[in-house]
Amino acid sequence: MFKESIAIALRALLANKLRSILTMLGIIIGVGAVISMVSIGMGVKEKVQNSIASLGSNMLIVTPGAASSQGVRSASGSSVTLSLEDAEYIKKTVQGIDYVAPSVSKQYQIIAGNQNWTTTVYGITPEYMAIKSLTVGSGSFVSQQDINSRNRVAVLGATVAESLFGEMNPTGQNVRINNTPYLVVGVLDSKGQSSMGQDQDDIVLVPLTTAQERLLGITYLNSISIQVTKMEGMDQAQEQITSLLRQRHKISGTKEDDFTVRNLTSIMAMMTETTGTITLLLGSIGAISLLVGGIGIMNIMMVSVTERTREIGIRKALGATYRDIMLQFLIESVVIGVLGGIFGIFLGILAAFAISTFGGLNTVISAVSILVPFGFSIAVGLFFGIYPARKAALLDPIEALRYE
Amino acid sequence: MGIILKDITKCYRIGEETVAALAGVSLEIKNGEFVAIMGPSGSGKSTMMNILGCLDRPTSGSYLLEEQEVATLTDDELAKTRNKRIGFVFQNFNLLSRVSAWENVALPLVYAGIAEKERLNRAAAILESVGLASRKQHMPNELSGGQRQRVAIARALINEPSIIMADEPTGNLDSRSSVDIMRIFGDLNEQGKTIILVTHEPDIAQSAKRVITVRDGLIISDEVKEQYYV
Repeated sequence: MFKESIAIALRALLANKLRSILTMLGIIIGVGAVISMVSIGMGVKEKVQNSIASLGSNMLIVTPGAASSQGVRSASGSSVTLSLEDAEYIKKTVQGIDYVAPSVSKQYQIIAGNQNWTTTVYGITPEYMAIKSLTVGSGSFVSQQDINSRNRVAVLGATVAESLFGEMNPTGQNVRINNTPYLVVGVLDSKGQSSMGQDQDDIVLVPLTTAQERLLGITYLNSISIQVTKMEGMDQAQEQITSLLRQRHKISGTKEDDFTVRNLTSIMAMMTETTGTITLLLGSIGAISLLVGGIGIMNIMMVSVTERTREIGIRKALGATYRDIMLQFLIESVVIGVLGGIFGIFLGILAAFAISTFGGLNTVISAVSILVPFGFSIAVGLFFGIYPARKAALLDPIEALRYE
Repeated sequence: MGIILKDITKCYRIGEETVAALAGVSLEIKNGEFVAIMGPSGSGKSTMMNILGCLDRPTSGSYLLEEQEVATLTDDELAKTRNKRIGFVFQNFNLLSRVSAWENVALPLVYAGIAEKERLNRAAAILESVGLASRKQHMPNELSGGQRQRVAIARALINEPSIIMADEPTGNLDSRSSVDIMRIFGDLNEQGKTIILVTHEPDIAQSAKRVITVRDGLIISDEVKEQYYV
């Protein structure tokens, strides 16, 4: 019976080709709209996630807190209590972490030959490379040996290298930082802009110990970046580090921390939530048009039932039961939903492709973003087909046979 | 066996008023009879036809069809009964316009749950028996009135019902086609089918062996023709 019902439904749809296509168009546009809209939302999400990930994934950043002297608090980061020993201790005792990268930084004017450039000089350890996902284009990175012997070596960011040396390869050349010569040992590959719009290539890296002792003349750190192995371990690591540092800095009871542990995952979670909302918003715009398409199906099915009253009467007189007629019309509207859904998928993918090609927006299509609207279109066909099909199935055969 | 109606009434509400289309009809039709039901329009003969054809339920009374009480069946049970026991022939043919003669004939078998291959084989055989073997693939609008009615008769016969109900089967036909159609009914009756014919034309009623006349919802005469006295 099911097979027959499908055959009858297809024949009825073919008999009114234009009408069937127009009805289907509502579903096609609906499904297409959902797919393309969601693809835009997911594209935005992907972009945001990538740019956050480029800051370093699973990252905790410890910065000094505000120095406090007799109740007067200075700016955040002014505290001088965070030390290299703290960083080493964290690395030794906290479990589930991959890298610990202590650093200091300050702006300096860099001079090479007759060129000069003002940029931020970072004092770092070799782990900095892994934690910031840096790659060296030519030459080498700061080594442990450089740290140990406080060597005057520097690694230049791509922007700095170009500004000072132009086309020339700076490796092996000297630059002057604070009037002291440094040997350029390497140049970083370009990382481009950060999500906040900063040029990530506008940096100079020198060994941490060199920066502390020869350049800045300080013993404390400006920040410690810590990469945690697993995202699930973030909160635990954060807690451990906090209690560890409190202990080391002899902060007890309710006294305020003299450092801050920031968690990039929480920023990521917030961004993900925001972009999720955007996706939902865009998707629901599409869903509304799908709903309108469903109402179109219902409308046409009502007309179809009225037009075919006599046919229904004949079928009933010949022995069609309530279920037979119901099935026939329900399948007809579901077929509209299914076919509309299939064409809608093509339209949606095409639209998403066009948007990313000509509109310049990043779009992402996933299996879920295709299957959910497709399932929805079938459900819409089913739901909006029920009422007309029921109306048809409930027709009195005598009345229906008499219908002109 | 056959049909036994006992005190059948059928009332319709028209606004505040209740109109009795059938006001207590009792009737027995044995298997193999050829009955014509006559009466002017509004006499209740259509209502009687609808109840006999299991298209409608009486308001009260009992209807035994092949020893089964059908006056109290549900809609779906009535549909099954129509499918199995009764073949309909209508004045305006009532063929599905979008499908071929062949598939029109096979249609009752769809609802009897018979597989497509057997449906089409049986339909082809029946069409041949009414002389339309060469018209199988034609659409109803490509056939003449007489041919269409023969398709309808083939459709009525396909599920081998014991009773054929014909409602003014010649009403839309020319006299030559009418004669053809009535001859088919005669032949079917010879083969043992019960034929119930509703008509207002005395000429047509003459083909039947028994003529029942209805007026104002009651049977006013019931004559078996002399030559058919048992």
